Amino acid sequence: MAEKITQRILQDISVPEEKQCHLCSRCGLCLSVCPTYRETLRETDSPRARLMLLRKVIEGELQISRGFVAKMYGCLNCLACNVICPVGIKPSDIALAARSMIHQARPQSLLQSLIFGNYFSHSSLMELSVLPMFLYQCLGIQGAVRAFGILERLPEQLRDMERMLPPLPERSLRHRLPEVMPARGERKYRIGFFLGCFQNIVFTNVSAATVRVLAHNGCEVVTPKDIKCCGMPHVGHGDLKTARTLARHNIDILEKLDVDAIVTDCATCGSTLKTYDSLLAEDAEYNVRARAISAKVKDISEFLGAIPLREPQHPQRARVTYHDACHLRRGQNVWSEPRQLLQLAGAELIELREADWCCGSAGMQIIMNYKGSMQILARKIQNIAATEATIVYAGCPGCQLQLGLGAKRFGLKVLIEHPIQLLDRSYQ
Amino acid sequence: MLSAEILKEFVQIVGSEHVLTSPEDLIAYSYDGTSVEYCPDAVVSPFNTEQVSRVMQVCYREGICVVPRGMASGLAGGAVPVSGGVSLCLTRMNRVLNLDTENMMVRVEAGIITADLQAQVESVGLFYPPDPSSVRHSTIGGNVACNAGGARCLKYGVTRDYVMGLTVVLSDGRILQTGTKAIKNVTSYDLKNLFVGSEGTLGIITEVLLKLIPKPEFARTAMAVYPLLENASVTVNNVLRAGVLPATIELMDNTTIETIEEYLHLGLPTNVAAILIIEVDGSDEETVTKQIETIGQVCRASGASDVRLAKTETERADLWRGRRSVLPSLVRRGPDQLSEDISLPRAAIPEAIRRIKAISEKYGLTIAVFGHAGDGNLHPSILYDKRDPEQVRRMEQASRDIFNIAIELGGTLSGEHGIGVLKLPFLRLALSPIEIELMQAIKHVFDPKGILNPGKKFPYHIKN
Repeated sequence: MAEKITQRILQDISVPEEKQCHLCSRCGLCLSVCPTYRETLRETDSPRARLMLLRKVIEGELQISRGFVAKMYGCLNCLACNVICPVGIKPSDIALAARSMIHQARPQSLLQSLIFGNYFSHSSLMELSVLPMFLYQCLGIQGAVRAFGILERLPEQLRDMERMLPPLPERSLRHRLPEVMPARGERKYRIGFFLGCFQNIVFTNVSAATVRVLAHNGCEVVTPKDIKCCGMPHVGHGDLKTARTLARHNIDILEKLDVDAIVTDCATCGSTLKTYDSLLAEDAEYNVRARAISAKVKDISEFLGAIPLREPQHPQRARVTYHDACHLRRGQNVWSEPRQLLQLAGAELIELREADWCCGSAGMQIIMNYKGSMQILARKIQNIAATEATIVYAGCPGCQLQLGLGAKRFGLKVLIEHPIQLLDRSYQ
Repeated sequence: MLSAEILKEFVQIVGSEHVLTSPEDLIAYSYDGTSVEYCPDAVVSPFNTEQVSRVMQVCYREGICVVPRGMASGLAGGAVPVSGGVSLCLTRMNRVLNLDTENMMVRVEAGIITADLQAQVESVGLFYPPDPSSVRHSTIGGNVACNAGGARCLKYGVTRDYVMGLTVVLSDGRILQTGTKAIKNVTSYDLKNLFVGSEGTLGIITEVLLKLIPKPEFARTAMAVYPLLENASVTVNNVLRAGVLPATIELMDNTTIETIEEYLHLGLPTNVAAILIIEVDGSDEETVTKQIETIGQVCRASGASDVRLAKTETERADLWRGRRSVLPSLVRRGPDQLSEDISLPRAAIPEAIRRIKAISEKYGLTIAVFGHAGDGNLHPSILYDKRDPEQVRRMEQASRDIFNIAIELGGTLSGEHGIGVLKLPFLRLALSPIEIELMQAIKHVFDPKGILNPGKKFPYHIKN
């Protein structure tokens, strides 16, 4: 009976390509690079098992059970299995496709639909929600909470979520950046800057630095204010419908800019924008337009790596290391450029062991899969400690938050920054 | 199905987190690197030898089948629980227990990933040579249970050559320690070697004492390109007769090369009959360079149209990445493949390849030939489509013919993958009734109730 129900549901919704799951030769190579498998050492947490479980659901031998849902959402989407699979299957993408299937087959809770339907889709809502957290930090409540040991009485997970929060800026960056920042000196390029949600309300210093560095190097920078979330949180959650609505909205806006390139300083935004064409593969009209936009998208380090740069005035002589964000290294094949920027800024770059191993942030793993996320983080922090670097660089706000928490949790004295911040300082 | 009481006993031994019974978990533990699938009734993951022993005591008492398992990369169905029961997963037992640099030996738990073990011993300048293609996704316990080989066997031998001692939990839960750090030892029957290659049918290997050697500091790799497959296979013996012992001589035929290239784009030549990848290593750079040059000359004299030396570490790594990706890459061509593992006297390789190609023509099936030509271990892989019953029939006939060739030329069914369930139907081609009878008698001593990995390795029926 239950199998029949699953079958019926499957007929009404789009299902990941069955052939992909069948192609898996089960060689097990993906186990060697999967962060979740390497932490639990449990086959069920491996890409190979995720493919097999999905196949069983498609074939009607397994229901869309709680266990199945947990395994599909347990994937960090770090893309490591996509790269290593010798058959050319992309298990990480397939886990996302499975989430979309789950999303269509199961009713959403009110909280989930509020978060993904409204919150991430509206910049002003997100900005508003920062206010209580900002007040918490500024009115001395945070200090009081910490001083009176209230924090110690909270569950560990909540405590870590509190610690994760960096000092919040007073105003979102969207309202502070000029619509058009003129180039310093001769205008060589006209750039559209895609301001990500995180940089807008949390890491405002990062994007402020990005725009300054671009202008400093002859770029006129246009920052459209009515841009919305890139859609990755929705893709990650399985809500492709909202993700596509957001993509179409952003394409409409970006098309009007008339720029040489669209630059972002967020690894996730970048990798999502670059794949708008496949997100909109079935939308005949927007697919072509998406392709044109995606072709213009560059990560900030990728863009700067391709143009002549001014020499830094004040080289920053720091011992630093660099963590490869999954969505930069594997998502966009950008890894040498940020390292070069750090060296250009004058830093002594110590290569990080397992630099491209996921940090465990992966969107909302601290909420969805706290224990696993912290185990993976511990491995990263151990490697960082071994470099004896004073600053760790990462081109992704999700990684920055996670690494910041890791430093606090494991008592490591290290600053977490975006590479553009060092270059920006070297110009000042 | 296992009763709630038994599951409770397992939970008491290993903790509730490490006894898995959900449908998702049982599916995840139902397969290995083949297409064989059977679900276990429970997955139990012990943390140390003592826990393994206690789990085995319960299973022995209750007559529950136990299938030991590492990362399930096996290519013969050996870790698949064909009779249900307990899938005993040893991946949590992954510690290095003792790295003895003075005696150059290391004691590890069975669940350590072989590549992790290699990295650890290499950090102190030592070397564990066996390198199955699955080195990054298989455990040392699995390697010992299958007596895994790999590309470097030509010079360095197989897993067995490095096993000095074992800790094994017997079917009734008793813990056997066998072997010592003494290099020479004729005090007992060679019990440890009974377990090497036993595929989990005689006991649960929980700890392994391994011999190590100094790490060779230099390696040079060459790729020789052949317009005729025949010449590539003749080269192998010519190289060895020239007085050079390379670490590896790997052969790939045209089908294999094209498949890898299609996927990895490494720049391998695709319009040739075969390539050999030859690597020499040693502690003196000059000698190593001289050896690879000698090999280049021998290759040319044997009919190679081109010999390329890997100039950088990346070029070398690319060659090996290509070689290691052969099996899964072939899946792209298949859609299904049956990969054999025949092992031959080295001199028989040219004749074997000639006959395999004839079989390919006879049955109209693509057979990719690659493997460790240097040590006589070939992996002819038959590509077919399992949805077509006619193709399946031809594949089965071709497969039997290949086994017959191996036997006729003085070789055997499996060099390093093991028998598992996949090669079981052909076992009598290779083993005499006396051999099988003796194996049955040995099995009876170690596993009187027949609970250890039943249905694998050889036909065994419990004596009444």
